[in-house]
Amino acid sequence: MARPPRVLFLERRTYRRRRLADLARLMPVIGLVLLLVPLLWQEGAGGMPTSRAILWIFGVWVVLVAATAWLASRRLESELDAQGTPRPLPEADRGARR
Amino acid sequence: MASLNLLIGVCLSYVAILFLVAFAAERAAMRGRGHWLRSPLVYTLSLSIYCTAWTFYGAVGYAARSGLEYLTIYIGPSLVMVGWLWAVRKIVRIGRTQRITSVADLISSRYGKSNLLAVCVTVLAVIGTTPYIALQLQSVVESFSSFALADPDVTPKGDSASTALWVAAGLAFFTVLFGTRNLDANERHHGVVMAIAVEAVVKLVALMAVGIFVVWGIGGGLSETMARIDASRLGHWQMANGRWAGLIFLAGAALFCLPRMFQVLVVENDDESHLRTAAWAFPAYLMLMSLFVVPIAVTGLELLPEGSNPDLFVLTVPLAAGQEGLAMLSFLGGFSSATSMVIVASIALSTMVSNHIVMPIWLKATGGGAAISGDVRHVVLLARRLSIVGVLLLGYLYYRVSGGGEALAAIGLISFSGVAQFLPALLGGIFWRGATRMGAFAGLMIGSVLWVWCLFLPSFGPDVIIPGEVMLHGPFGFGWLRPYALFGIAGLDPLVHGVLWSMLFNAGAFALVSVFTFPSPMERLQGAQFVNVFAHSEAPQGWQGGAAQSEDLMIMAQRILGAADAQALFQDAARRQGLPGYLPEPTAEFLQRLERELSGSVGAATAHAMVGQIVGGASVSVEELMAVADETAQIMEYSSQLEAKSEELARTARQLRAANDKLTQISVQKDAFLSQISHELRTPMTSIRAFSEILRDEGGLSAAERGKYASIILEEAVRLTRLLDDLLDLSVLENGQVNLNFREAVLSDVLDHSVRAALQERGIEIRRDPQAEALVVETDVDRLSQVFINLIANAQKYCDAAQPVLTIAVSRHRGAIHVDFSDNGSGVETGMQGLIFEKFSRIGHHQAGGAGLGLAICREVMARLGGSIAYLPGQGGAAFRVTLPGERALAAQ
Repeated sequence: MARPPRVLFLERRTYRRRRLADLARLMPVIGLVLLLVPLLWQEGAGGMPTSRAILWIFGVWVVLVAATAWLASRRLESELDAQGTPRPLPEADRGARR
Repeated sequence: MASLNLLIGVCLSYVAILFLVAFAAERAAMRGRGHWLRSPLVYTLSLSIYCTAWTFYGAVGYAARSGLEYLTIYIGPSLVMVGWLWAVRKIVRIGRTQRITSVADLISSRYGKSNLLAVCVTVLAVIGTTPYIALQLQSVVESFSSFALADPDVTPKGDSASTALWVAAGLAFFTVLFGTRNLDANERHHGVVMAIAVEAVVKLVALMAVGIFVVWGIGGGLSETMARIDASRLGHWQMANGRWAGLIFLAGAALFCLPRMFQVLVVENDDESHLRTAAWAFPAYLMLMSLFVVPIAVTGLELLPEGSNPDLFVLTVPLAAGQEGLAMLSFLGGFSSATSMVIVASIALSTMVSNHIVMPIWLKATGGGAAISGDVRHVVLLARRLSIVGVLLLGYLYYRVSGGGEALAAIGLISFSGVAQFLPALLGGIFWRGATRMGAFAGLMIGSVLWVWCLFLPSFGPDVIIPGEVMLHGPFGFGWLRPYALFGIAGLDPLVHGVLWSMLFNAGAFALVSVFTFPSPMERLQGAQFVNVFAHSEAPQGWQGGAAQSEDLMIMAQRILGAADAQALFQDAARRQGLPGYLPEPTAEFLQRLERELSGSVGAATAHAMVGQIVGGASVSVEELMAVADETAQIMEYSSQLEAKSEELARTARQLRAANDKLTQISVQKDAFLSQISHELRTPMTSIRAFSEILRDEGGLSAAERGKYASIILEEAVRLTRLLDDLLDLSVLENGQVNLNFREAVLSDVLDHSVRAALQERGIEIRRDPQAEALVVETDVDRLSQVFINLIANAQKYCDAAQPVLTIAVSRHRGAIHVDFSDNGSGVETGMQGLIFEKFSRIGHHQAGGAGLGLAICREVMARLGGSIAYLPGQGGAAFRVTLPGERALAAQ
C-alpha cells in the first residue's frame, strides 16, 4: 500500500512550532520530576523546614502554570495533529469510502 | 455570637441565589443569549468541583495531621492538566465525536458497546461515590453544628440526622430540577454549570479570605507566619515517600476517572479550545486553593484548645477570633464545595445508572424498542430522576449507618483508589488498539475485587465487616491474603499497599488478557476510531443498511429524542440523500448518525441495542471491516497511482515543450536557410549569366580574357554542383539508400588521407599522436574520410585564433574509439551546440561559404557507420568527438 509521502524537513517557523509542541508535551514530565524531588529531602527535626518546602513546591507550581499558559496560547495542537497522522484523503475520496 | 438562625437564613438566601443563577442561565441559554455561558472561564470554574468539602475543610485537617501530604491531592490533577496534550485533549475529543455521556459510556463504547462493562463501571462508580456523598453531607452537618456549639441560644445541639436529610433533599430537588431538564445527557446543563461556577468562586474567595486573615490578621505578616510554621509541630518535612508518589498518581487518575470530573471535563465540555485555558487556569485554581492551608492549620493548632477537630479549622479559627462574617463566608465556601460536588456527582451517576442499568432492564422487560408505545423520554427522565434521588438516598443512608466521624474522613482516598481502577481500561482504550473487552473486563474485575478486599471493606474499621482476626491472620488462615499484607508483604502503608496491588493486577490482567484474546469486529471498529480520533473523525460504517424500516426507526427516534427533534433529524437526513419528506433511506451512514444521536440520550450500548433491534441485529462483520479497510487501501493505491501519472504527464509535457522549442528553432533556421540558399544559388548563377553574356556579345576579347571568364563560369558551376551534390548526398543518407563499402583500414592512414585532402593554403597546425592512431577499424573508409575532411575543413574555416591549432586525439573507451578534433578557437556558443548538426545550420555570420550541410551529412554518415558524432563542450575551443563502434576495432599489430 502506497503511503502518502511525509515531509522530512520543515521551514524554520514550522520547525520552531514543532519543537514547542514537544516542550508542551514534556511539561508534565518536567513537573513530575521536580515535584518528586521532595522524596530526597531529609525528614524530621533537622531536616527540610516546612517553609522552604512550601516555597519549592509552590514555586515549581507557579512555573508550571506560567509555562503552560504561554505554551497553550501558542495553539500548538495543530502541530501534533499534523505530525502523527497521514494526510486526510481529499474530499471526493472521503465520500467514496462510505 | 453568631446565631444559628442567622446562619440558616444566610444559607437559605445563598441557595435561593444559586437557584436564580441556574434559572437565569437556563433561560439565557434557551434564548440563545448564553454566549458568556460557554466561555473557557466558566468551563475552568466548573472543573473546580474537584475541590469538594473534603478538600475545603479536610485539607486543613489533613495538613494538621500529616503536614504537606495534602498537596498531593492537588498536584496530581495539576500535572495531568499541564499535560493536557497527552490524554485530556484526546478524551475530550473522543467524548465529543462519539457523544459520550459518562465514563461508563466511554469504556463500554470503546470495547464494542458492551453493556456488561458499562454495568461493572457503573456499579463500581456508585460504590466509590456513595461514601463520598455521605462525606459531603457530614461536612455540612458538622459545620452547622460547630456554629450551633458557638450559639448559646440553641439548646439541643443540632439534630445531625435531620440536617443531613434536609440537605440531601434540597440537593436532590436542585439536581432534578436543573440536571434532568433535557434528556440529551450530552448537552450542557447550563444552569447547573453556571451555579457550580459561582460556587467555585465563592469557595475560592472564602478560603483565600480566611487564609489572608490568618496570615496578615492573626499571624502578623508573611515572614512571621513562615516562622510560626517552622516553629510548629509541622515545622519539618515529614513524608512517607510511598504516599507522596502514590497519592500524586491517584489524584491524577481521579481527574479522568471520578464520574463527576468526567462529567464536567468531557461531557459538559462545549468547545475543545476551552482546554487551552483550563490547562493552566485549573492548576492555578488548585494552587490558590492549597496556598493557605498550612497557615490555617498551624494557626488552628496554636489558637484552639487541644483536641478540637482540625477538619473544621477553616470555620473555627475565624469563629474563635470573633470574625463572624468571615466564618459565615467560610461556611458558605464549604457549603458550596459540598453541594456542587453532590449535584454533579449525582447527575453523572444517575446518567450512568439510568443508561446502563435501568434502560436495558426496562427495554428487556417491555419486549424491545420497536414494539412499545408511548414516549420513552418520560421513562428515561424518570429513571434519571429516580437515580438522582436514589444516589442521594444511598449517600444519606451511608452517612447514617457509618455514623460519621473519623472513619468517614478516610474514605476520600479510598474512593479515589476505587475509581482509579477504571484507569487501565480507559487509557489503554484510547492509546492501544489491541486492548480488548475481555482484557478490560478482567482488569476491572481483579482490580475492583482487590480494592474491595484491601481498601474498601477494611475502611469501615476493624470488626465492622472484616473481623479483626482476618485482618491479622488472613481468611481461613491464609496468611498471604491479609488485607493489609497481601502475599505476606507487610509494613506498607495500607493505602499504598492497596493501590499498588490493585493497580498492578488490574493493569497486568488488562494487558495480558488483551494480548491473548481476539476482539470482535465492533471492538476493532471502535478501537480504531478511539485511538485514531485525530486522524479521521469520519466514522466508518457500523451498520449494514437495507434491512431496517425507516418508519420504525422514526417511531423509535421520536420516542427518545422527542417528535420535533427526531423529525428534524430525519428530514435533514432525507434532504442530504436528495429525498423529499421525512423518511430517508436507511443507509449505513444514516444509521450511524441516528445511533450516535440516540447515544447522546441513552448511552452508546443502549442506543446500539435499540437500533440493532430494528435493523435486525445485522451489525458489522469481519468481512465488512475488511471491505472498509480494502476500500481505504484501494483509494490510497488509486491516489498514489494518480500521483505517479501526473508526474509522468509533467515529464511528457517537459519533453514536448523541449521538442517544440527545437522545432520552432529549426523552422526559423529553415527560413533563414531558404533565403541563404537562394542567395547561394543566385550569386554563382548571376556571375555565370553575366560572363556568358560577355563571352557571347563582346567580340573583341583576348584569349586570356576569354580563358579567365570561362574559368570563372566553370568555378561557379562547380560551386553549384557541389552544393547540389551535398543536398543529394544528405537526402540519400537520410533515406538510407546509401551503399556502404566496409573494409579494414588503419585509422592513421584514414587520418593522413583526410588531412592531406582537407589542408588548404590557409594553413592550420595539426597535432597528432601517431602511437594512438595505430588502430585497425572496419568501416567505409571513403565515408569516414568525408567526415574527417569536413571536420578539419571546418576547423580551418572557423577557427579564429591567431595561430590556429587543431588537435586530433584518438582514444579507446569501453571498446569504442573516440576521435576528438579540437581547435583553439572560440568554439560554439552553448545555445548553438544543439543545432549545429541540423541541416542548413551555420555558425554565426561567417561568410565562409558552405551551405551548412557539412555537419548534418557527418551526423548521418556516422549513424550509418554505426557510430556517432557529437560536440564536446568545455575543451577551450570547438571540439567534436567522432565515436566509432568498438567491436570492429582491433589493435594494429
